[in-house]
Parts: sequence; structure tokens; C-alpha cells
Amino acid sequence: MAAAPPMLRVLEREVLVFRKLWRGTAFSSFVTPVMFLAAIGLGLGGLVERRSAHVAGLSYLAFVAPGLLAASAMQTAAGSSLWPVMAGTKWIRSFHAIVATPVTPADLYGGTILWIALRATAAAGAFLVVAAALGGVPSPWGVLAVPAAALGAVAFAAPLAAYAATQDTDLTFPVIVRLGIVPLFLFSGTFFPVSQLPAWLRPVSVVSPLWHAIELCRAATTATPHWAASAGHAAVLAASVAVGWRWGTRTFARRLTP
Amino acid sequence: MPTPPLVQGLALTKRFGRYLAVDHVDFTVQRGEAFGFLGPNGAGKTSTMRMIGCVSPVSEGELRVLGMDPAVDGASIRSRLGVVPQEDNLDTELTVWDNMAIYGRYFGLSRGVIRERAQDLLEFVQLGDRRHDRVDPLSGGMKRRLTIARALVNQPELLLLDEPTTGLDPQARHLVWERLYQLKLQGVTQVLTTHYMDEAEQLCDRLVIMDRGRIVAEGSPSELIRRHSTREVVELRFRTTEDRQAALPRLNGSGERVEMLPDRILVYTGDGDGTADLVARDGLKHASVLVRRSSLEDVFLILTGRTLED
Repeated sequence: MAAAPPMLRVLEREVLVFRKLWRGTAFSSFVTPVMFLAAIGLGLGGLVERRSAHVAGLSYLAFVAPGLLAASAMQTAAGSSLWPVMAGTKWIRSFHAIVATPVTPADLYGGTILWIALRATAAAGAFLVVAAALGGVPSPWGVLAVPAAALGAVAFAAPLAAYAATQDTDLTFPVIVRLGIVPLFLFSGTFFPVSQLPAWLRPVSVVSPLWHAIELCRAATTATPHWAASAGHAAVLAASVAVGWRWGTRTFARRLTP
Repeated sequence: MPTPPLVQGLALTKRFGRYLAVDHVDFTVQRGEAFGFLGPNGAGKTSTMRMIGCVSPVSEGELRVLGMDPAVDGASIRSRLGVVPQEDNLDTELTVWDNMAIYGRYFGLSRGVIRERAQDLLEFVQLGDRRHDRVDPLSGGMKRRLTIARALVNQPELLLLDEPTTGLDPQARHLVWERLYQLKLQGVTQVLTTHYMDEAEQLCDRLVIMDRGRIVAEGSPSELIRRHSTREVVELRFRTTEDRQAALPRLNGSGERVEMLPDRILVYTGDGDGTADLVARDGLKHASVLVRRSSLEDVFLILTGRTLED
């Protein structure tokens, strides 16, 4: 049969839903970060620059734009890999209907992650256009921040979706967001360089995948790549994707085909 | 030469950790028949069904579905099955039509083929005018019918129905039964589980009775009744538990077999009216007498000492 690979059929379902619900999704993954950019990059940035000229040699807007780009990709990824997986396995049980067809749990997991990657790419692209229009992207190499942000998103989505399939309720999900996603959002170099953190906290931020994603995005939008460092950041994110993927194909199989 | 069976289980076993859900069962399903697994909740019916549906690995023993091994050819087998699960799992984020459309896509069908089939199938389950509706507000019976239509989108050779009418009201049940009967006339092989003996009698050409992971009897509904029960049953109800307990010793010998249940006593007999007369002459303090034909419920009670609803 010359049909599309099963993973893409899973993607097709997401597109079908998105065509109907895109307004809400677009708001949370595009409009919200743009509002952050305006308020923090322009509003707060004006105040910052009046006092201390530049941050890490950049205008504050140029500093914060790649940070917000990567951080909002992470947030979207977390939101769309936790609860939707719980809905599929437990609430509406639609995943059980899918694995009764030739689509396997691994296909389903892969399609779910692929869709998050696609959405993160689209949201990052739209955000980048706005950021550039506001003057927050000094270099044309900034386009590379889009795949970088998408990679960062999948670095979160892959393990989180895998984890979500192991859970019977969503009780732990708000905890993950409150104690994981939100602190990372604030302390991974999004709004200020991690060198501002107290010394004991700095190693924590370096472990955070978000820090690696932000460094990668910032290197692209400001055209200041340290190639070895960037390769290192990309490798950390890719490792998170690889580990998450391996785990996810197993947890999906265990949950859906016990 | 006999045609090879569509499904064959040999010493088929399913374990979840130390729990033995299905315990060395043997069965065969022939092409074109409606085959049932009858038993109470927890008998291992759903676990067996899920192994046949290739969504649960076999722990032990052998299973062949459409001549293939689920462990090796799961996806190819699933592409030729239709599955109606016990719990509705329609995609509530999509409309009736999109549920059909996307399910067809999971089977790799082209959009053109799906368009043709989906309309016919929705008409078949009497949901033709609901195609643009959302799924959530549909009644339980409509959802079940949509699930059946969805399961037919790949024109399956084998339809698996897990408790197809559990939770439906009587009218909705009869409509589902009637549609399943139509499918049988069209030659679709059906394997179903149920804990309703009337459903088993209505739908199954042949069935196995399951209890605690094992198959305790096999045959057509009428064969099973003939083999394991008497022709008729006299049901006696009493006003008080004391009356019922007092009656039991006096009923011994009134029929071929006497069973006491929490709410009544059953006397198994070849001649229901004769036995009822005998009981009446004896002057027992009973509240009501009912003479009826033996059913699969009685077969289950006789074989296991328990009722299906337990």
C-alpha cells in the first residue's frame, strides 16, 4: 500500500483538530509570547537601558527576544505533551481506538511528538517575524533560531509525553509546571544572563535544557556563535529527544497494549 | 476439506503480573459465524478479546488470527479487523463525519474511498443526518452505533464487539442487535463478549461460557441448554428469608435439581407446570410461582454455582 506512513496519519488527525481550534492554540503559543516581548522587551527594556546601557553587549530587546522564543516554545511543548496524552490514554481514550488500527503505539507517540515539533516551528517562525519587526533580531542568521527553538521544544515534549503515558491521573502535571517549567522559564537566562544568578544556582541552570535552547537561539539571532558551544547545546537537546523517544515508545506501548 | 478457522486459540493464557486473567483456553471461530464469550465481569472475556485484537501480547499458548500470529503480524491483522470496544473511545474533538474520516485514514484508506464508505455506513447505523454533529452530545446508543460504523470503515473480515450493548437502554439495545444481525447476514464474522444471556442467545451461533479465566462449556445456545439444564424452570419467590429457607428441604425431589438464590429458589424440571402443581398442592408459603424455559443463565448457574450478574 502506497499510503502515508502511520506516523503521518496521526499528524493528520492533529491537523484536523487544529483547523477547528486554531484560534485558542494560536493565542497561547503566539500572541502571549508577543505580549511578553512587548511588555518586557520594550517596556522593561527601556528602563533597563536607561540605567545600564546594554545587557551582555546587546539591547535588552535583542537579549530577551531569543530567550522568550525558546521559553515559549518550551511552555507550548509542555502543555501539549502532558494533558493531551492524558486525554488520549484516560479521559476520552481516543489513543486506544487508534492502536486498534494498523497504527502502533510507537507510531502514535512519534506522530504526537512530530506534531508538537511542527507547531513549535510555526509559532517560533511567527514570533521571530514580530521580534525582527520590533528590532529584536539583529542578524539574518536569526532564522536558525526557529529550528533551534523547535529542537528545544521537542527536548521537553519527548520525555514529558513519555512520562504522561505512565500516569493514571493528571495530579502531578501542575506540579511539573509550577516546580519545573515556571522556574526554568524565569531562571534559564531568559530575562537576564545566568551569570547574574547566585553561584550555587548556576550549575542548576546549566543542566536545564531550556538554557541550552536559549543559548542556541541567542547565538543565532545575534550572530555570535561559538561553534563548539552551539554544537554542545544542540547535542544536549538531541540527547533529551533521543532518551525521551526511547522511553516514550515504551510507555505508550505499556499503557495502550498491556 | 474444512476451511481454516478465522481465529484459533490453543491453551491461550494471559497474565498480568501474578494475576491469571485467561487460563489456558481453547476455542476456534469459523468464517461467517457469530461467536460469543459469555461470562460475568472479570471472567477474562475482555482480556481474550484484546489478545485477538492484537492490542495485548499473548502470555502463553498459541493464537492465530486470520491465519497469522499477532506477535509477528499484529499490524497486518489489525488492518483486517473492526473493533468495537467496551468503553466508547470516539474522538470527542471531532465531528461524527471526521471520526469516520480520520479512522479510515488510520487504515491507510484514500479520502475518496472513505467518502464513499462513510456515508453508506452512517446511513446503515441510522446516523446519516448527524454527520456534521459533534460526538459528545450524542446519546449512548448513537455513540455505540457510530463506533460500530467506524469499526466497519476498513470492511473488516472479523468484527470484535466487547460488550456491545452494556449501558444502553432496551430500545437502543434492540437497534444495535438488529444492525449486528444485518451484518451477520452480509457475512461479517463476529466475535463478541457479553454478560447478558439474552444478548448471547440473540446474537451468537456458538459460544463459550467463561468463568474465572477458564472456558467451562462450549456449544450453540440451544445445545448448551439441552446439555446442561432441564427444559423448564420453576422460579419460586418468598415473602421472607425464613419462608425461603423453610421451603428448601421440602422442595428436594420436586425437580431434577434445586438451586437457592438470594432472592428465590429455582427448581429445574422437564415439566414446569407439573412441578408447579406439585408445589401448590404441598401448601408452601411462597409469594409467586413462575414457570419458564431454561436459559443460558441457568446453564451458567448450574456450571459455576453463581449468577452472571455477580
